[in-house]
Amino acid sequence: MGLFDFLRGSPKQTASIAKERLRIIVAQERSARGSPDYLPLLRRELLEVIRKYVNVDQDAIDIQVKRDGDHEVLDLTVTLPDKSEAAAAAAAAAREA
Amino acid sequence: MTEFIVITSGKGGVGKTTSSASIAVGLAKHGKKVAVIDFDVGLRNLDLIMGCERRVVYDFVNVIHQECTLKQALIKDKRYENLHVLAASQTRDKDALTKEGVERVLNELKDEGFDYVLCDSPAGIEKGAFLAMYFADRAIVVVNPEVSSVRDSDRILGLLSSKTRRAETGATPVMQHLLLTRYNPARVVAGDMMSIDDVKEILGIEVLGVIPESEGVLAASNSGVPVILDEASNAGLAYDDAVARLLGQTRAMRFLDAPKKGILSRLFGS
Repeated sequence: MGLFDFLRGSPKQTASIAKERLRIIVAQERSARGSPDYLPLLRRELLEVIRKYVNVDQDAIDIQVKRDGDHEVLDLTVTLPDKSEAAAAAAAAAREA
Repeated sequence: MTEFIVITSGKGGVGKTTSSASIAVGLAKHGKKVAVIDFDVGLRNLDLIMGCERRVVYDFVNVIHQECTLKQALIKDKRYENLHVLAASQTRDKDALTKEGVERVLNELKDEGFDYVLCDSPAGIEKGAFLAMYFADRAIVVVNPEVSSVRDSDRILGLLSSKTRRAETGATPVMQHLLLTRYNPARVVAGDMMSIDDVKEILGIEVLGVIPESEGVLAASNSGVPVILDEASNAGLAYDDAVARLLGQTRAMRFLDAPKKGILSRLFGS
C-alpha cells in the first residue's frame, strides 16, 4: 500500500467476499448433490398447492432427501408467515378489495 | 503398475493442458515411462504445448477406431525418449470416443509397461471430460483462485466421487489433489485474490502445488517447450516441486510471498 493511496481511495478487499459467497454456494450445491432429479419440480408444485391456502414466500419450502438408516426420508419444511405479518397482509388485501 | 491420472478442472482456460504437459515432462525427467493423452477431441492443443504438432500422423480416435496401431499413434518426445504423446483428433466429432475404446487403449498402455498415463481432460462435463476421468486412479484438479473456477472444481470433485469406475465398483476412491495455478501472491497479500488456504478450506482437499502467475508460461507455450523445462521461471520450478510431491517427496511450498518492493514503489504504490 503506497503512501499516496489515500488519494485514490482505498480499494475494496474482495477476496473475503469471494470466499464467503463460495462457502455458501458450494455448501448448498453439495447438499443437493445426489438427490433425485425430480426435487426442484416437486418443490415448485408443492409451493403452488400450499399457496392456494397460505400466502407463503417463494423460498418458504425446504425439501431434502435424508438418510435414516436404511430408509430415505423426504424431509419437507414449510415456513408459515408470521401471524402479525399475515394479518397485516390480509388487512391490506381487504382494503384494496 | 500403471497409474492413470486425470488432469481436469471443469472450467476452461485454467491451465489443464499447460499442467498436463509439464507434469508429463516432470515425471519423464524422473525416469518414469509416461504417456500423455489429449482427450479434447476437435480442439487438439496438447501437441502444440508439447512442441510436437508437426509430427502428428495418427491420433487417439484413429487408435480407438483401429485405423492404426497404438505404437503408430504414440509420438515419442524429442527430449525424453520415455515420454509419449497421443494427440486428440482434430476433425471428428466428440462422439468418436467410446468408453470401450478408451478402456482398450488404456489397457494396451498398461500392457506396454507405462508407469503413468496422464489424461488431459477437455473443459466442461461432457463426454470427453467424463471419459478422461472415468478410469482414473488419481485426479489433479486445476483451479484458479477465482469464484467460477473454484465452484466448477467442486462440481468436478463431486463427479470424481460418483461417476468414475472406482466409484461405481466400490474400489478405493480416486485420489484427489488440487493444483492452484495463476496464483498472484501480491494480490493475495492485498486482499484482492483468495489465498491457497481459502481455496483449500472451501474445497476441502489437499494442495499438490501452487503455480505462480508467470511470464514464463506464455513464453513456454509460444516455443512449444513445457514450462517445467524453464528453470529460470518460478512457474517451472513450482511444477518441478509439484511433480516431486506427486512421487511422494516432501517439498515446501515456494513463491507464496509477494516480491519485495523497492522504496520508490512502496511510496508511490505500484
